[in-house]
Amino acid sequence: MERETGAREGLKGWINPGKIGKFGIERLAWLLMRLTGLGLLAYFIGHIYETSHILDGKAVWDKSLEMTQTTEGHLFLALVIGMCVFHTGNGIRLMIAQMGYGIGKAERPDYPYKPQSINMKGKACIYATLGMAALAMWYGMAVMFA
Amino acid sequence: MATLHPKLSDEHSQTVVSSTKSVKIKIKRSNPNVNSEERFDDFVVPIEKWTTVLDVLLDVKSHLDHSVGVRYSCRQASCGSCGMKINGKPALACFTKISELNSDTVTVEPMDNFPVVRDLAVSFERMINNHKKVMPYVIRDDSEIDPESGMREFLQSPENVDKYIQFSSCIKCGLCNSACPTMAMDKTFVGPQALAQAYRYIADERDKGKNKRLKVIDESHGIWRCHFAGSCSQVCPKGVDPAMGIQLLRGYLLGIRD
Repeated sequence: MERETGAREGLKGWINPGKIGKFGIERLAWLLMRLTGLGLLAYFIGHIYETSHILDGKAVWDKSLEMTQTTEGHLFLALVIGMCVFHTGNGIRLMIAQMGYGIGKAERPDYPYKPQSINMKGKACIYATLGMAALAMWYGMAVMFA
Repeated sequence: MATLHPKLSDEHSQTVVSSTKSVKIKIKRSNPNVNSEERFDDFVVPIEKWTTVLDVLLDVKSHLDHSVGVRYSCRQASCGSCGMKINGKPALACFTKISELNSDTVTVEPMDNFPVVRDLAVSFERMINNHKKVMPYVIRDDSEIDPESGMREFLQSPENVDKYIQFSSCIKCGLCNSACPTMAMDKTFVGPQALAQAYRYIADERDKGKNKRLKVIDESHGIWRCHFAGSCSQVCPKGVDPAMGIQLLRGYLLGIRD
């Protein structure tokens, strides 16, 4: 009988990827990237479904648009704006890092070891992306609730 | 509740002569070969300011409960045997002092993402297999044995050594694989340990086996599964920084970096 702790394969792993607090802001960014990706995918599918109503005539189309003209609809759209901005900003950070830039230079390590790839540049980008997402949500809500 | 073993509680620790402090250690116990039961056993052990988690475990094993399963060897962060989750984060027990945990209670569990053998000991079979898969040795067609002049050296520059020396410090303790969120979701993922070792040899100018190695890692459960959460680098006790190695290797694979 072989037992493995921490294994969360499949859908369980996608939804609940594990402990965040012990591993810093980078792990939080990783989780948010995953969740916003799933959220945007769900929005995309819902968006296609909603816009397909245009084929059913103007009355049906107008009724489907009304869904987003409520308080809940505005809050949902603000969330979509936030997810979109974070996913885009963090995605650009990751693309640059994954090309090998901004992660420091390999060299002889000295004690106490500090990983160069987990540096202030990366952390600042994550905080900036979170800030931009919050700002975009705030602006979106200001426009929608005006 | 903290308890001493009823039969052994009269015994005294031989490692403590002047301690006034103690720590409660909660050890996760299980034996998958017998049943699926899991439980935490609590022990109170006297400590000094230099006492490590491994010292405490060995004290428990010597004087309170001989059946605690723990693997260790060098006691100086060189062998990579005593990796475990200490207060929820993967670390070497011999390299973690109780005093730096700032807690009166220390919880130790087996590492995540490894099959448990018993209690705190996990199986390294899969990690070692992945390590072997990336061919962790210099590959060349020619040999250091020269039929005419005897032995010869494959020369390299100090600058080249600097490119890979930090990745050579890997002690195969498995902490990086334990912290990796992708490993938790994909058992077939090669893992940060093996990927960092792949980069170590690919960055070595003496090596001529890049293409062979890249074929192993350039697949769906290989390097592209890494999403740069950086947790592997945060727990590495030797400064290997596997996340950096993986991103540099990815840059190399994309043809962006040398």
